[in-house]
Amino acid sequence: MKPVCAAEKIIEKNGRKIVVCDDTRSRLLPILQDRQDRRGYISDKDMQNIADLLGIHPVEVYSVVTFYSFLSTEKKGKHVIRVSNCISNVMKGSEKVVRAFEKALKIKAGETTGDRQFTLERTGCIGMCDKAPAIMVDTELVGNVKPGMVKKIIGDLRKR
Amino acid sequence: MPRRQGPVIFSGIERYAAFKKALEMDRSAVLGEVKDSNIRGRGGAGFPVGLKWGLAASVQAEKRFVVCNADEGEPGTFKDKLLLTEYPALVFEGMAIAGFAIGANKGFLYLRGEYRGLIPVLEKELSEIRKEGAFSKKDITGKKAFDFDIEIRLGSGAYVCGEETALIESLEGNRGEPRNRPPFPVNTGFLGYPTIVNNVETFAAVPHIILKGAGWFKSIGTEISSGSKLISVSGDCEKPGVYEVPFGITLREILKMTGAGDTKAVQVGGASGTCVPKREFSRKIAFEDLSTGGSVIIFSRKRNMLEAAENFLRFFEEESCGQCTPCREGVPVLLEGVEKLRKGECSGKYLDDLLSLAETMQCASKCGLGQSAPNAFVSIVEKFKNEYKLSKKRGKERVFNG
Ligand SMILES: Cc1cc2nc3c(=O)[nH]c(=O)nc-3n(C[C@H](O)[C@H](O)[C@H](O)COP(=O)(O)O)c2cc1C
Ligand code: SF4
Ligand code: FES
Repeated sequence: MKPVCAAEKIIEKNGRKIVVCDDTRSRLLPILQDRQDRRGYISDKDMQNIADLLGIHPVEVYSVVTFYSFLSTEKKGKHVIRVSNCISNVMKGSEKVVRAFEKALKIKAGETTGDRQFTLERTGCIGMCDKAPAIMVDTELVGNVKPGMVKKIIGDLRKR
Repeated sequence: MPRRQGPVIFSGIERYAAFKKALEMDRSAVLGEVKDSNIRGRGGAGFPVGLKWGLAASVQAEKRFVVCNADEGEPGTFKDKLLLTEYPALVFEGMAIAGFAIGANKGFLYLRGEYRGLIPVLEKELSEIRKEGAFSKKDITGKKAFDFDIEIRLGSGAYVCGEETALIESLEGNRGEPRNRPPFPVNTGFLGYPTIVNNVETFAAVPHIILKGAGWFKSIGTEISSGSKLISVSGDCEKPGVYEVPFGITLREILKMTGAGDTKAVQVGGASGTCVPKREFSRKIAFEDLSTGGSVIIFSRKRNMLEAAENFLRFFEEESCGQCTPCREGVPVLLEGVEKLRKGECSGKYLDDLLSLAETMQCASKCGLGQSAPNAFVSIVEKFKNEYKLSKKRGKERVFNG
């Protein structure tokens, strides 16, 4: 395991590797975010390992994972598409965009495609209120999305 | 950097000149200048900044921390995103000045997960700062006298983490559940050390205050609300976007500036804010009138205000951390109430019960989320009476069973 920040060291204790720094527990969220990015979810085994590494109970790790909506215990698609459903977006037709994605991906919002390529979700304000309807594709914010653009967005993502 | 225009934040400034000036003043002089400027927090609650910093500075402690709240989750707000994209140096400089003033060597920027695309820009700025040693000072013998470093931490999609004690919990690696206050973060914050949490825009204003003086700052805005405010305008208008306006500007002026026509309502302050009808468009953006983190959502005549109230309550239902009863149980009841109102199934008695529940939530919820969740609902129900019809049937149902 790579240290998450420069302040961290990895030492061996009783044959086990442990991450040490002056506030080890406070690294939990960055560690979990890293797992989520690389694997698309945080498995039971990951939670156990991370708990051992930080010297806390796995239930504590589980309680943190389930609190945050960007962390998940179930495997998400390779690409996560989040459509903002805040009021500014709804006024500009975000539900039509959701339906276009649902149709193109043949899933409902909240689901993942069978080939695990795409997850479709609704989310709150993503700070693109002036460019509604807006979506978040993985880490990227895209504004002024029209239902007609959905096929191309998906096509481009498939090539990545 | 695009040349934006504005009275404070978007007025020109030389990079890091304010930090250099602060180092030449002493700590108490920097604190004094911030206090004198009367600047209040730009994140929504409007707590006096100088007072907060002074409290943190006066506590005996080994370490202190500066936290920049870049969680920007309030629906309709996107001005912090603009600042971090176009003016990252200004925000970091404000944090370093705060660090110098309170005696902190470490700062965190807590960035909402939705904005992680900004990380490369921010990291690039930070590495330049480190390379130049811009935020460190050596004394006459060449020893380090002050040093400040900033670490970026990402949120993970929880609105409540914008509440400062929840943010600190999240930084510590916990669920983002708000703490009881007091004790306040200025006494027991991150890892139990004195911590100041301020909004991105608050930090961005500080270098201007240090360089141009408290008097200059106070000459902008109103008597009570000095300086300017960034507003994020969205909804039914021709020119949505971020505008820097002096405090005291009226809604009517904002509508004109952004090319909004045929407006029936303006939601000020996002989902936790209040809905203002046309007859009140001479009201002002200011702490003494419409206090806001900057969200301005415009509704034209064709919009249904109950739909807006429902959207906001759905948002709170999703985002409530569930820790305390008034918020966890109250929000779904209000949501059901709006649905009934929209269907014309809500009696006058039932509505009265809902309003009294709203009042309970406003005073009994543990944090600002639950305390302000009913605001939009209450203002819409009270000020847009012509948008719904109460059921004539005496409602048998009651809001509470018991
Ligand atoms: C539910 C909730 C969400 C909040 N979200 C934010 C936010 O995204 N950004 C922010 O600066 N303040 C937010 N606040 C206010 C913070 O608790 C805190 O008052 C603020 O960061 C202080 O900074 P300021 O005084 O510079 O405004 C939120 C408060 C609550 C109750
Ligand atoms: S008011 Fe809501 S968000 Fe705040 S502590 Fe209570 S349940 Fe959590
Ligand atoms: S209100 Fe929708 S993106 Fe902000």
